[in-house]
Amino acid sequence: MANSNPFFLDQVLFIVLPYVSFALFLLISIRRYIRETFTFSSLSSQFLENKHHFWGLIPFHYGIITILTGHLIGFLIPREVLLWNSIPFRLYVLELTAFVAAVLTLTGLISIIIRRISVPKMKMVTSVADWILFGIFIFQIVTGIYMAIFHSWGSSWFAVTAVPYLVSLFTLSPDITFITAMPWMVKFHIISAYLIIAFFPFTRLVHALVIPNPYLWRKPQVVRWYGKWKSVRHV
Amino acid sequence: MNVRSQIAMVFHLDKCIGCHTCSIACKNIWTDRRGTEYMWWNNVETKPGTGFPTQWENQEKYRGGWKVEDEKLKLRSTSKARIVTEIFHNPSQPSMDDYYEPWTYKYDELFNAPEGPDQPTARPVSMVTGEYINVEAGPNWDDDLGGSPVYAENDPNLKGLSEEQKQQLFAIERLVMFYFPRICNHCLNPSCVAACPSGALYKRGEDGIVLIDQKRCRGWRACIAACPYKKTFYNWSTGKSEKCILCYPRLETGQAPACFHSCVGRIRYLGVLLYDADRLEEVAKLPDDQLIDGQRSLVLNPIDPAVIEAALQNGIHESVVESAQKSPVYKFVKEWKIALPPHIEYRTLPMLFYVPPMSPVMASRNDDTIQSVSDEFFHDIEDARVPLQFLANLFGAGHQAKIIYALKKQKAIRAYRRAVTVGDIDKNSAEKILREADCTPDEADAIYKLTSLCTFEDRFVIPPMHREEAIEMMKDPQYHKSSVGFGFVEGPQRGL
Repeated sequence: MANSNPFFLDQVLFIVLPYVSFALFLLISIRRYIRETFTFSSLSSQFLENKHHFWGLIPFHYGIITILTGHLIGFLIPREVLLWNSIPFRLYVLELTAFVAAVLTLTGLISIIIRRISVPKMKMVTSVADWILFGIFIFQIVTGIYMAIFHSWGSSWFAVTAVPYLVSLFTLSPDITFITAMPWMVKFHIISAYLIIAFFPFTRLVHALVIPNPYLWRKPQVVRWYGKWKSVRHV
Repeated sequence: MNVRSQIAMVFHLDKCIGCHTCSIACKNIWTDRRGTEYMWWNNVETKPGTGFPTQWENQEKYRGGWKVEDEKLKLRSTSKARIVTEIFHNPSQPSMDDYYEPWTYKYDELFNAPEGPDQPTARPVSMVTGEYINVEAGPNWDDDLGGSPVYAENDPNLKGLSEEQKQQLFAIERLVMFYFPRICNHCLNPSCVAACPSGALYKRGEDGIVLIDQKRCRGWRACIAACPYKKTFYNWSTGKSEKCILCYPRLETGQAPACFHSCVGRIRYLGVLLYDADRLEEVAKLPDDQLIDGQRSLVLNPIDPAVIEAALQNGIHESVVESAQKSPVYKFVKEWKIALPPHIEYRTLPMLFYVPPMSPVMASRNDDTIQSVSDEFFHDIEDARVPLQFLANLFGAGHQAKIIYALKKQKAIRAYRRAVTVGDIDKNSAEKILREADCTPDEADAIYKLTSLCTFEDRFVIPPMHREEAIEMMKDPQYHKSSVGFGFVEGPQRGL
């Protein structure tokens, strides 16, 4: 193993950083959920400004959900993705969908930032953490879009480079051979993803952890009784 | 029969003087915190008027309450499928502009102003941003503006009134208005509870008070759109929704809620109703004109042995049943039938009832002369200054029958009392009038007493809340002896 500095840096960024990020994400989220339950909120600002809100929040959320789902699918079933991509037309459809979603996310986020700056009331509900978040997100989306344009067909090479690396992280036998050879823009994209994960539990992003899935199967009315409040009765 | 107990309320609109003491009592206790300044859990509206938030009764805009579709009860604002798409941006959510931007004044500028030729002024500053603002709307901005073309004419309850009736309402020198105090109705079929994606809203099993669990609320704000009365509010600072809690800490210590306690006109009554929870859905689905009778049929007779037995079996304490037997609300709603629910067509089955107001002067016009006596005693009601249809839109789901019944009875009792105290109406015709209004001398006396001579104890029959059976008592008191207390001890800090 060479002792050259660049390689050492890679080890810090692609082995130490991900483990630290995931640890922070898990431990702080759990701690916050138990100790500071009250702070879990979407912190919606629709009440303060109702018109511009739509044009930022809707494209951003739909865009980012599509993109994240795409990354997850690429990670979970790389073989099937490669198989899908073996016919050029299907590859173009996949890449175009991802690209449109990325552009939606970016325009949504820019719209959100403009709203935060231009509406005076919004300043009262915008924290420093929000601004740091906006910064990392912009960087993350821009590097992603850059890759889609200049390092094309990421949906295919993701399956044979990033997936083995991520799997090696999850199996606790980190192997960064594929990553060290990557262009810097790809490395930046990965690093800022880890920063978002590390930063996640300290910010308003925690609202994504409490998405209201029980609503889909609970009955309409909720009644709680003093003595047996843990067994909430649905009627 | 699934008997439950509910704290229910009656507001006697004929006695409301519109002084807003109730609103201030509530504000000083509950909503003077940051993010809640704009909220009025209790407010008093002038009717006809647009109310708070503006045009809250316009459900085409806000989509509150329930509708019946394919014989099923459905929320108008959301559904299990739509919650997924509307969670990012709720299309029927009111914004601060629909309420008002709260403000205060820079009072110190009055005292610190340098000497000069002008009087110093205290300029208004926004309580949200702290910047100077031009005040364009405020709480009760349309107070007493009965005939105003900006406010009164935009009242959604004017729907279905004839042009003549509208003109009658708005003609100068014939203007008419009455006050409409509102709090959360603590409904039997609350749409706010049903809409909450997180399941944070709930009805307390023991007393039916509807609350928002502040720890489980995630600020998805579905309750705000879903409540047709717009009585859940979004705290923009903490990112949680809040609503009237019927002063449950006061009720638990035997005191009336602050708005009830402070009511100058003594218009407010509070007591227990026992109801059959098994029939809720069936009643909420009835056609508009049967809803009031349906809701009354839900309320059970607390002296019926079968009801008492079922109540005890369901874990309702004996003392609560006793309290239900003395409930003034039961008398107004079920026995005398003069208290009516507001906008029952929203199908939330509200548990706050209103005695409809008599018109200020019940005179009829005969060419150029004003006549206050007509041959038919009850004729004036049909010809009242506040058109019956307007009251029917508010309290009768658009149908006049129940309003006429309630007003007739009130009018008959006035005649009867006049016969008793003044004596210029003879007793026989007074009793005949009572009979025509489906009332007896005994009932008339009882209504008169509970309306005019009522003491604190008559108006507020608060059941023992039996907190000794609550969760705290199941914890070891020794363990908590040196700590800060039970329950919610985390400060309401906004998250990053």
